[in-house]
Amino acid sequence: MTVATADTPAGHEGHHEHVHYTSTGLENRKIAIWALIGSECMLFASLISTYLIYKGRSKVGPFPHEWSCKTSNVVGKTAELVAGCAPADVLKPILDIPVTSQSTFVLLMSSLAMVLALAAVENKGHPLPTGAGWWDRCLASSKFWLMATAVMGVAFIGYQSYEFTSFVHEGLTIKTNLFGSSFFTLTGFHGAHVSVGVLWLLTLFAIDVKRGLKGKNDVLLVDICALYWHFVDVVWIAIFTLIYLIQ
Amino acid sequence: MSDHNAAAHDHVEHPTWKQYKWVGFWLLVITAIEVWVYYTPFKDSKLFAPTLLLMSAVKFAVVVFYYMHLKYDHPLFKRLFAMGLGIAICTMFALLFLFGALKIGG
Amino acid sequence: MATTAAPAPINTPAGTSYAPGEATGIWSWLTTVDHKRIGTLYLWTALTFFIVAGIEAFIIRLQLMKPNNQLVSAEMYNQLFTMHGTTMVFLVIMPLSAAFFNYLIPLQIGARDVAFPRLNAFSYWVYLFGGIFMTVPIFFNVAPNGGWFGYAPLTTMQFSGGLNIDFWVIGLQILGVSSLAAAFNFITTIINMRAPGMSLMRMPIFTWMSFVVQFLLILAFPAITIALFFLQFDRFFGTQFYEIAAGADPLLWQHLFWVFGHPEVYILILPAFGLVSEILPTFSKKPLFGYNVMVYSGIMIGFLGFGVWAHHMFAVGMGATADTIFAMATLLIGIPTGVKIFNWVATMWGGNIRFTVAMKFAISLVALFTIGGISGVMHSSPPTDLQQTDTYFIVAHFHYVLFGGSIMGIMGGIYFYYPKIFGRYMSEKLGNWHFWSFFVGMNMTFFPMHYAGMLGMPRRIYTYDIGQGWEQFNLWSTVGALLQGVGLICFVYNFVKSRKRGEVAPNDAWGAGTLEWSIPSPPPDYNFAKIPYVTSRYPLWDIKQPEMTAELTHTAPDAGVIADAHAVPMHEETQYYTAKSLGIPMPFPTIKPLFAALFMVLMMAGLVFIHLDLFWVAIFVMIGSGAAFVGSLYGWLTSPLE
Repeated sequence: MTVATADTPAGHEGHHEHVHYTSTGLENRKIAIWALIGSECMLFASLISTYLIYKGRSKVGPFPHEWSCKTSNVVGKTAELVAGCAPADVLKPILDIPVTSQSTFVLLMSSLAMVLALAAVENKGHPLPTGAGWWDRCLASSKFWLMATAVMGVAFIGYQSYEFTSFVHEGLTIKTNLFGSSFFTLTGFHGAHVSVGVLWLLTLFAIDVKRGLKGKNDVLLVDICALYWHFVDVVWIAIFTLIYLIQ
Repeated sequence: MSDHNAAAHDHVEHPTWKQYKWVGFWLLVITAIEVWVYYTPFKDSKLFAPTLLLMSAVKFAVVVFYYMHLKYDHPLFKRLFAMGLGIAICTMFALLFLFGALKIGG
Repeated sequence: MATTAAPAPINTPAGTSYAPGEATGIWSWLTTVDHKRIGTLYLWTALTFFIVAGIEAFIIRLQLMKPNNQLVSAEMYNQLFTMHGTTMVFLVIMPLSAAFFNYLIPLQIGARDVAFPRLNAFSYWVYLFGGIFMTVPIFFNVAPNGGWFGYAPLTTMQFSGGLNIDFWVIGLQILGVSSLAAAFNFITTIINMRAPGMSLMRMPIFTWMSFVVQFLLILAFPAITIALFFLQFDRFFGTQFYEIAAGADPLLWQHLFWVFGHPEVYILILPAFGLVSEILPTFSKKPLFGYNVMVYSGIMIGFLGFGVWAHHMFAVGMGATADTIFAMATLLIGIPTGVKIFNWVATMWGGNIRFTVAMKFAISLVALFTIGGISGVMHSSPPTDLQQTDTYFIVAHFHYVLFGGSIMGIMGGIYFYYPKIFGRYMSEKLGNWHFWSFFVGMNMTFFPMHYAGMLGMPRRIYTYDIGQGWEQFNLWSTVGALLQGVGLICFVYNFVKSRKRGEVAPNDAWGAGTLEWSIPSPPPDYNFAKIPYVTSRYPLWDIKQPEMTAELTHTAPDAGVIADAHAVPMHEETQYYTAKSLGIPMPFPTIKPLFAALFMVLMMAGLVFIHLDLFWVAIFVMIGSGAAFVGSLYGWLTSPLE
């Protein structure tokens, strides 16, 4: 019989789920992930602040919401303002709200899928209610929801890639102007965070396939991934509003 | 911070599929409204930005409190998050003010 | 439950700097995940960098000793003061604090290790490799040369086209990872791994100050991370963040840097404050005066520290409103700091003072930091600061607070905790030589700088002409530096030789009151054979000198809590056992954190090849190391801790 296991560093993946003593009754990794999220608030606040500071200060186009002309200093809200400009030199407002709205929807729905994945792992081992149909079985499948979240994450990255490449096509690169630099850096950082999240989800999926996810420790693993994922989603809520919608 | 003992107490409440579904629904609806409003003349009014910010704040709060479980979890997590978010928002406002990017003030 | 037979203690020759039964040899150090070993590694490495930065300072002082000196070129001078500052801040003071965080925090709260032992090792190796990455360039004349604060646009490619700033930018990003990882570790440890009865308001002040520092770290580093990414992207990928011609704001860097930079200086001083708060009560034979206030003032300093950053920018023209707000906030932050000074004095007042070397260092912090604080208050007024900024008056101020404050406090901590770490005392005689050389030398060097600054001597100039009234002051400063050098030699000799030849130390080397002194010196790898529960903030005094804590309220934790933690009443442990005989599972030593650190650093360092016109080498190194990094990370995360 081992002694004093309660004093060992928490977070060990033992085969037995003995109770660790902690000062708060909470898990170490959950505390750490919330501290990380607090820190990331500052990271994205710095990026968003820079974007907002530099808004309207780019000397050359393309611009997010404005029409401009490459050969003149005209910048304006409506297409008429650049009527005198040669068609090849016209720079239209580069942000594509309809497309980005779709990617926003996808990311928001991925949070729902994530929450269902966590619930599925938490409820593992609970028998399905009598008369459970395909939907109830689906709800109970952690593999399904982990993969669904990951797929939606990949779809979001796909939308971002499409957006980035079409912007480059229309003349906006990370080097073009202050808008390009701050926009691509901000959304790029966000996209990188989404990508890390997708890798994390796929790893959890693989573990689920290999040995199945159940029990308190696995719930914790999925929980911290979920918290990270939702945070990346709320950052996008802020970005979508501040960068895309507000002019 | 009380000296709780080891057993991580089971969460008091577990939101159900219904609640999650409602949260998801409202997220979609609010986003749809935001995008729709973008295409109306309201876009050019002074209230556009504050309204949008308010709607986004609601979405933000709803994801944080329900999906991230902050409403039901130990107060410690609220404090860790509030600290980060609070300092981040204050710093952002201060920076925007200092760079003259706020429509009000210096 | 309890083992059936009492484990047999190990017989040990006294005074070994390894606990008996501990693995020895290089491999045991490379694979360690033990917080005490990691703390020791930080200590040795940081002291080595201290010597390096000290030599850089010494050359600076030789160059400035007389007007129109030609000892070093202007370019080399730029590298010297940049590296002196960068090294002292990021490779000396922060890691020395980290050494103490690592060594002491688990012991002071009654834990067996930190929350994430492998992440802890990772933090150290990243620091070591990052520190080497940033230090080696000076031997090739390409050391960072843009000041420790690297203002853009000076540091953009247009004005700093060489490799120097690349090493700086990438090096700081690497070190940021180290500090951030450690901060998450310690926050979790302090929140979640305290022994029963160790409420937050019973933690030793060192642990409290360290706790505040971890929050400063996680909230301040993101700002500089972003500022550095912007600079990195400008330099390597042609972005426009700091390109004035593209409309960039020349103040963006400054604001982002100082949003980090100001909390950073509190990161530099609070651990030293914590150490002093352990030393003074011990050698005054009195509990710390005003414990609650000391905690709250520490928290206030941390919180307010986020609101004062632009006082580093009073001369850039932010406007009256901004200047006023930041001036007021800066004045405000002097209050909790001043309160601490009074509390330390009150702690000593009426006490039975023992003037050990550690005590002398601690008292000197109280005095010297006050001097630095006074000049600091002067800077907080924008009109006054307009004269003082960018002069040697500022150099005087920050050396009083950083040397007179952080370094003196940390030195006190080293003398105080050396017996615990190495099992032997340092020589008091050599220590006195060290202390007095440092104390007199430091004042000789930095006090005249107030005058030189007042007479207009600017910062960062590599030489100056005659007839401005600066010669005498510079000469004094250099003589003082010589004296400090003598002190440093005494210290290094003392530190190295005392490991084998110092007087053997018992578990309670000084008659102190906190948990770390209740276990053997050096502590066994499992720290506590039995976790004690505590009933006051001086648990060791409670059992050894109860008259000291008679006036504190004592409450025991719930019996249920005690049982869950398998804790026992407070006791002293003087015997060594093996973890195995006690049934305590220990984490496996592993090389994985070292590899992960190495590959991560290589991945980030590979970028430099782009500026050497070796684009494909850069790609190969970055992607290859990146893959190896991810691989070692997977290996680490999927292997059990213990």
